[in-house]
Amino acid sequence: MARKNSLAKQIWRRLRKNRLAFGCFVILALIIIAAIAAPWILPYGYAKQNMAEALQPPSFKHIFGTDNFGRDLFSRILYGSRYTLVIGFGCATVSAILGIIVGVLAGSNKKVDMLLMRVVDIMMGIPSFTLNLCLVIAMGKNLASLMCAISITHIPVFARIVRVQVMTVSSQEYIEAAVSVGAQKLWIVMKHILPNSYAPIIVLFTFQVVGMVMTAASLSFIGMGIQPPEPEWGVMISAGRTYLRSQWHMAIMPGIALIVITYALNLLGDGLRDALDPRLKQ
Amino acid sequence: MRLHSIIYRDETKIDANFHERKHIILTKLEGDRLLKYIFKRILLMIPVLFCIIVIVFTLMYIAPGDPALAILGETASQDQIAQIHKEYGLDRPYLVQLSDYIIKLCKGDMGESYTTKSRVVDEIMARYPTTIKLTLSAAVFGLILGVTAGVISAVKQYSALDKTFTMFSLFGVSAPSFWVAMLLVLLLSVKLAWLPPTGTYGIEYWIMPVFTLGLQSSAYIMRMTRTSMLEVVRQDYIRTARAKGQTELKTIIKHAMRNAMLPVFTALGMQICGLLAGTVLVETVFAIPGISKYLIDCVNNKDFPCVQGLVLWIAINCVAINLIVDVVYCFIDPRLKTAYTRSKNKSKSQPAVNTENRGKAGAISG
Repeated sequence: MARKNSLAKQIWRRLRKNRLAFGCFVILALIIIAAIAAPWILPYGYAKQNMAEALQPPSFKHIFGTDNFGRDLFSRILYGSRYTLVIGFGCATVSAILGIIVGVLAGSNKKVDMLLMRVVDIMMGIPSFTLNLCLVIAMGKNLASLMCAISITHIPVFARIVRVQVMTVSSQEYIEAAVSVGAQKLWIVMKHILPNSYAPIIVLFTFQVVGMVMTAASLSFIGMGIQPPEPEWGVMISAGRTYLRSQWHMAIMPGIALIVITYALNLLGDGLRDALDPRLKQ
Repeated sequence: MRLHSIIYRDETKIDANFHERKHIILTKLEGDRLLKYIFKRILLMIPVLFCIIVIVFTLMYIAPGDPALAILGETASQDQIAQIHKEYGLDRPYLVQLSDYIIKLCKGDMGESYTTKSRVVDEIMARYPTTIKLTLSAAVFGLILGVTAGVISAVKQYSALDKTFTMFSLFGVSAPSFWVAMLLVLLLSVKLAWLPPTGTYGIEYWIMPVFTLGLQSSAYIMRMTRTSMLEVVRQDYIRTARAKGQTELKTIIKHAMRNAMLPVFTALGMQICGLLAGTVLVETVFAIPGISKYLIDCVNNKDFPCVQGLVLWIAINCVAINLIVDVVYCFIDPRLKTAYTRSKNKSKSQPAVNTENRGKAGAISG
């Protein structure tokens, strides 16, 4: 346990040195806190309609303006961040866990490995966005099936990285030592192999969250994900398309919110990759 | 064996052109092996495509919503629905429908559209040129922009230009294409009135779609090029090239870029596939009548034969693009050509990914 703490501390220390990445970490933390606290800090109800104030440009009263039903855009965007974050981190966690399991099995079992590689072959034959689309069509256009689809399609990505890691680490001498003292397979995986392959998994996780958030927003944008009137950002951008000529803020504001999250995650991912790269250790 | 005997026979006669001839024979044999490899890859496409057909068919089979209701309207009676089911064979068991579909596919028939009653193949082919034109121009645009920016920022590392390019590429990776498309429409069509917002009539109509679609992939390519170039520029042979007095431009283009482009080229296949899928968003925003926009219309109409056909067609394209990229890669990287043609290793379908991962893994565990 002490070793794990010191590892986490080490990453933390190195990440803090990288001011840009650390700034992004803080921004993301603030967004997550705001999303959790959304129901208490919203200036207006996210679904509260007020036709008298419909289609207003940004002002002091409504800092991001209002939409065609007079709903406050800032409140909707803030509440919508819940969808984005839940989809991004939730799906990434699910597919990371399943991917690690599949990857470990593939790394230690030839038959599972063959199967995984064939699945990867098939998945490379069909663009992931199209596959997501098909899965959502089959399972229904709602949040649960969207998350399910995104999680399933990203499992092989994690599994492949973990598989390579397991194969590399397995050939190290300390694994041989562990085997020779009679350690169980599961023990070796949990105590030796996984802790030594965390770095690429963490970095991949960050970048996958970005991809998942974008996929979810894109699917919702074309009407194949979360349906209106939910305040999902892709849905809001899609709704803003009709009013692009006169009310630009309706489409542009949710997009800016999305970019803040993805940009911060990308920068954080870059920072983490540097922090976890032993070649850059001073 | 054969090679050996040929060379051996040649060696017995002392021939003036011996070395030249040996080279020709060797190249010819290598070409044969390469042909065999390509043939093998094409054969391997069949099970992959078969699985994709089964998966897509199954997904559409279990999809909620009755196509009969979409054809007849919500007020249809039970008899009418049953008649439509009979007409399209929707009342048969799953396996019968699936095998029927596959047999028809082998004859090049993707079925008939529920809504227009025309053949799905015709519907796809009418729209396909638009989409592939968009995809390929976006790929070329992304490649040119990405490689140029990547090389410049790697050569001038930590300069203001490098930082600008890096930040811009991060924006390209972070911004969803449909949002960028709408931003461009807002700026260039609504505010400045320079470019038409929708349609595909002339060259000016293609500027915004190609830029939007290419932006994201150019950002990926730029990041990859930069990383790869930074690694190559530090190699000894670059120092040697400089030491022997080679000009900087030639060193970068002839010595560094040729090697640095290899990983970028490997990723190109997946990039083009991603672009092909990404046309869904761009075609929706710019109202381009391509296959992707048609796909969305078909999904909304519950026109499942069309959806199956379109997804399958996208998959065929994707598999073919990956094959072309892999084969061309063999010619670009002579080391790989020998690896492909000589080794009997099973895991050769993704050599570049494996080597890349191995490099990464080695760096981290080391």
